[in-house]
Amino acid sequence: MITPGYLSLCRAARFVQIAVLLAVVLFSSAASANLTIEITRGSDRALPIGVVPFAGAEGMPEDVAQIVQNDLKRSGYFAPLGRDAMLARPHRADDVAFGEWRSLDVRYLLVGRAESADGGYQIAYDLLDISGGRPMLQERITANGNSLRGAAHRISDAVFEAVTDIPGAFSTRIAYVTSKGVGERIDYGLYVADADGHNGRRVLRSDEPIMSPAWSPDGEKLAYVSFESQRPAIYVQQVASGERIKLTDFEGINGAPAWSPDGRKLAMSLSKDGQPEIYVMNLANRSLQRLTHNASIDTEPDWAPDGRSLLFTSDRSGGPQLYRYRLARDHAERLTFTGKYNARGRFGPDGERIFMVHRSRDGYQIARQTLESGRLVILSETTHDESPSIAPNGTMVLFATQQGGRGVLSAVSADGRASFRLPAAQGDVREPAWSPFF
Amino acid sequence: MFASMPSLTPLARSLAAALAIAAVAGCSTGATQTGASGNATHDDSAYGGSAQSTAAGTAGAGTGTGSQYGSGTGAVGQQADARIPEVRTIYFDFDRDTIKDEYESVVMAHARYLRANDDTRIILKGHTDERGTREYNLALGERRANAVKRFLRVQGVSGSQVNVVSYGEERPAARGQGEAAYTKNRRVEFTY
Repeated sequence: MITPGYLSLCRAARFVQIAVLLAVVLFSSAASANLTIEITRGSDRALPIGVVPFAGAEGMPEDVAQIVQNDLKRSGYFAPLGRDAMLARPHRADDVAFGEWRSLDVRYLLVGRAESADGGYQIAYDLLDISGGRPMLQERITANGNSLRGAAHRISDAVFEAVTDIPGAFSTRIAYVTSKGVGERIDYGLYVADADGHNGRRVLRSDEPIMSPAWSPDGEKLAYVSFESQRPAIYVQQVASGERIKLTDFEGINGAPAWSPDGRKLAMSLSKDGQPEIYVMNLANRSLQRLTHNASIDTEPDWAPDGRSLLFTSDRSGGPQLYRYRLARDHAERLTFTGKYNARGRFGPDGERIFMVHRSRDGYQIARQTLESGRLVILSETTHDESPSIAPNGTMVLFATQQGGRGVLSAVSADGRASFRLPAAQGDVREPAWSPFF
Repeated sequence: MFASMPSLTPLARSLAAALAIAAVAGCSTGATQTGASGNATHDDSAYGGSAQSTAAGTAGAGTGTGSQYGSGTGAVGQQADARIPEVRTIYFDFDRDTIKDEYESVVMAHARYLRANDDTRIILKGHTDERGTREYNLALGERRANAVKRFLRVQGVSGSQVNVVSYGEERPAARGQGEAAYTKNRRVEFTY
């Protein structure tokens, strides 16, 4: 978080005019802000699971079991059994007839019950391994009426990890940029929502463009580019309070902010010396280190998970390609050689795979490249794709694409087997940024 | 330089002005000679526009004193320097920052105006179409605007008069996919 000490240091810095601004930030939870999920492709390797409606769900404002089922289905790792196909609806492990579920080819089963407790709810659930005939997980969580969706996502996280050994990312959040209108009258917004698109909340609106939101590693701040001063500047904003600072205001481009894994530095692209170059700013004292030196475009930096290198886009070879700058060697090597356009690279959390926008014969698509082999694989099936952002558990890639001439968010599993879309009710939605784990 | 040669006869000045406009290569430095009140209308097509040239057109930009100064067609060249050129957007080919031949005259007209009005500042706003990544497009938009700035500098415009801002693909002039929209969006706007 931006501590008072950090803020006072920032205020002390003299070379950039700093503004701590609260007023521009509006909070709204309009229903139209929600994105709705449309599964566009299911994985052929998805695990069959039964998510039985929870006991006591009738009187609750949210159908927790349905939210869990949707989460698991969206991940591409699970193929939930339809409720209509269930032969029984048990709520406790003791009531489960394993043979019955085996006959439905179900491998895992989630059962649960909710009770009112202290003005909220207590939810108990059991995850069962049907093929192994054994219990896997037994938990009890509490939630109030407003946090039932969050409770459901926590259950999804636990189920996902118990089965796959991969931490679930259902309790994380996404940020994205919206725009409505054309020409001189465009309304831009920066939103934060749950990972499933619900609970969208606008954290900034502007008549001028907003770009490139990036979550701090602690999930408490967003860095972004705003043109509200009639030119691009980088801001850092507290998500919860809306308090923010203008971090950079150099001549030319102030763009592509990217947090270091320890949250102490921000990589960015600045053109103050003539053309866009990659810089790293130390956030404690705002000192700048310039990493690239050439007459081409260098932009879109992203830190490796170990913080020792940065990925970036450069057109030093003639067209945009991805390069890796190793801080210890002060040297950049080219990583991509497939096709003439590879840009906006992002590391997966394992640091071994990168994701990017790749121009294929069909158009601009999301691709994955394994660093060791250099092999590039196209993941998305759409052709106006940009802004890939990787789930913190590495399983999904969220990106922006077009549907019916409008910008929508879409996601594809990192193995390319499953995908879904998150259309908004109106306007364009783009530049998704998947939060870290909270 | 015709505008700064007061010893020329009106006829000579007329000829010079006509030639300059025809060739769209006139480089007036007549910074002091604004405010000409000529009542002639002239064809602005060299600048791609069609606005009526009247005295009113000079009012906003004039810093000169003289309604006495110049008359008839002799004022045309000076008038061009006294009015902000009508065409304030030029368009680019895909992935290029080269100023196309058809737009050189437009940039020339702005160069002439800025030289003649050296206290005037301009913002060159660079834009791209929506294809490709946003931050890379932000850089491409800046490259386009910088290409125009270099052109203006070569034509003698002071660098301190020219600011560059790239909007990348963030402020499209036209929505939609397809070359019709893309063509309108790959542009540099001259904003006074």
